[in-house]
Amino acid sequence: MNQPNPLDPAMVRGLTQRRLSRRDALRISGMSAAAMALAACGVKGKGTTTQTPAADAVAQYWTGKTKNGHVDFANWPLYMDPEKPELKKFTQDTGITVTYQEVIEDMGPWFAKVQPQLAAKQPIGYDLMVITNGIQFKQFVVSGFLAPLDHTKLPTFAANAGTAYKNESFDPGNVYSIPWASGMTGIAYNADRIKTPITKLADLWNPAFKGKIGMMSDSQELGNFGMMKLGVDPEKSTPADWQKAADDLKVQKPLVRKYYGQEYIDALGSGEVWISQAWSGDIFQKNLEGGNLKFVIPEEGASIWTDNMTIPITAKNPVDAITLMDFFYQTEIAATLAEYINYITPVPKAQDAIKAHAAAASGEDKATLTAVAESPLVFPSDADYAKLRHYRDFATPAEQSEYQGIFEPIVLG
Amino acid sequence: MGGRLGARLAPYALIFPGGLWLLLFFVVPMVAMLSLSLQQGDVVNGYQMTWHWQTYVDGFNNYQDQLVRSLMYGLITTVLQIVIAFPIAYWIAFHGGRRKSFYLFLLLLPFFVSFVLRTISWKFILTDEGLLLSPLKDLGLLSADFHILGTAPAVILGLTYNFLPFMVLPIYVALERVDARVVEAARDLYANPVQVFRRVVLPLSLPGVFAGVLMTFVPASSDYVNSELLGSSSTFMIGQVIQRQYLSNQNYPTASALSFTLMAILLIGIFIYARVLGTEDVLKVAAR
Repeated sequence: MNQPNPLDPAMVRGLTQRRLSRRDALRISGMSAAAMALAACGVKGKGTTTQTPAADAVAQYWTGKTKNGHVDFANWPLYMDPEKPELKKFTQDTGITVTYQEVIEDMGPWFAKVQPQLAAKQPIGYDLMVITNGIQFKQFVVSGFLAPLDHTKLPTFAANAGTAYKNESFDPGNVYSIPWASGMTGIAYNADRIKTPITKLADLWNPAFKGKIGMMSDSQELGNFGMMKLGVDPEKSTPADWQKAADDLKVQKPLVRKYYGQEYIDALGSGEVWISQAWSGDIFQKNLEGGNLKFVIPEEGASIWTDNMTIPITAKNPVDAITLMDFFYQTEIAATLAEYINYITPVPKAQDAIKAHAAAASGEDKATLTAVAESPLVFPSDADYAKLRHYRDFATPAEQSEYQGIFEPIVLG
Repeated sequence: MGGRLGARLAPYALIFPGGLWLLLFFVVPMVAMLSLSLQQGDVVNGYQMTWHWQTYVDGFNNYQDQLVRSLMYGLITTVLQIVIAFPIAYWIAFHGGRRKSFYLFLLLLPFFVSFVLRTISWKFILTDEGLLLSPLKDLGLLSADFHILGTAPAVILGLTYNFLPFMVLPIYVALERVDARVVEAARDLYANPVQVFRRVVLPLSLPGVFAGVLMTFVPASSDYVNSELLGSSSTFMIGQVIQRQYLSNQNYPTASALSFTLMAILLIGIFIYARVLGTEDVLKVAAR
């Protein structure tokens, strides 16, 4: 048999041809695995679309749960006297200890923080959390992250809560939440720096305050102010209204120093801004530190919201948590809380209790307590209520995306 | 026979631990994020894979300003850092003597404190009536309205400060390796100190500069803490946009798409830089 010529082109090709090496094999298997993973991926939805739980959900959740003697309480800053007299009294009365942490600063980041654990049915480290009504509250409910409340364990709530708070539009019948406090978003200004009294939303657009204006970064707060300034009722607004409000806010943008979350109060205190969107009770508490900040409900309107006590579904101590929730509806406790935090209390009888405290006190304490009992920030009149508007409620996630898509670019620069 | 099989499988066995680590903590997250960027949906109803490339286009169009701004800040920060870090590294390498490691330790000491705390402390120093501005305003050198916080210089200052060791250390390592005899030889050939630096030391330090640039430009461009604490809405960076999209809006597809867009831009930038610098193999230099 003839040996093939070593220099035969076919032979050379065969000798020098690239073979499938180990590196190639690994590469191909890796890429195909990645491609298959890409195509197969999807993220499962977190929620059901129904908001009402099954009829026996309450019984199902609460059977077998017992008192453990401890509660982990997550709340917003400036929502309780730092001495925590109410919690000390609670521990005295019931023997249940409470760990209180002011870890909630903004609803968006809070939801994002606890959502992965709740979705994986893991405890989040808290048995009781206070969340505002709005987009994230709805997401909590729809995703099934909140425990349905057992109203047989809430007798003081049933007895003492105002009727308006037993039938809130965002949680009719208090299935998942009972109010902690209600508040208003209005305008706060530094009376030392701004001598003329501020009365209107339009004052936030005043070029004289250029570089000293603060606004909020939350799209619901920002959007409400933009719409109310144009005379639109946010609760009934349409996408066209949102666009007009956004355009007006863009006109304001060069005058704004920064878009804040909870930290607007520090900026006001340090003089970084002189006038800002603000939450009604914060100003009173900041003034206790010395300072001359004033809060105003603007003529065109202000936003009203409710912060609610809820129990996450993976809470370790739900029975203790619900006992604490009920405790805060006792008239005396609600009164002392309102005296310090200066937010709207859901217990109407607290007003008489505060007046009684004022009558019993003397001097400066008497003046402060009388001011609180008569304050429109803690007990708004009907005329005040007429000016207050809730956030826009969204029927579908698409609507919510549209709203956020219109107002976010203003904050993002 | 058993020995031969063992020998053939040995390379795969050696690759296995490192490969598994990379697979679990790099490849899988990257693929998952790439997949997520092409999906549509929302948190409540779930996301479905629809190969929606439009997300990339929309993301790029909507956040062009922030992307460009982030790259500009990253670039300015890197240049500033080279200017600041080079003299420090040069001095420690050539004149540090026996206490070189002590000086390096001093340089690294602030970094035992958390990144966020250090940035907040800058916020205190730069505040309108604070340590830095108050005396200058009292002397009349600055107007009463002047503020640094909330402007681009404050953010760039924060970025430069926070990533400085990442520039000093690679340059120091490269300079340390410069053989003293090379410098001596240059001087023997009638080079004055400036020429020695420019023609001998500087080119030898360039791989260190390149490594430093890699380690500062990329994190500085994608930073989101400095602008959040020291900046305002006019200094919004792409890192903050991605964080907001992911955490506040739960808009995972847009956040993932923006992340990949940023990554692609940075990779292209680094490769162009490597080509210009004349380094054939980027990975080889980075590994040095």
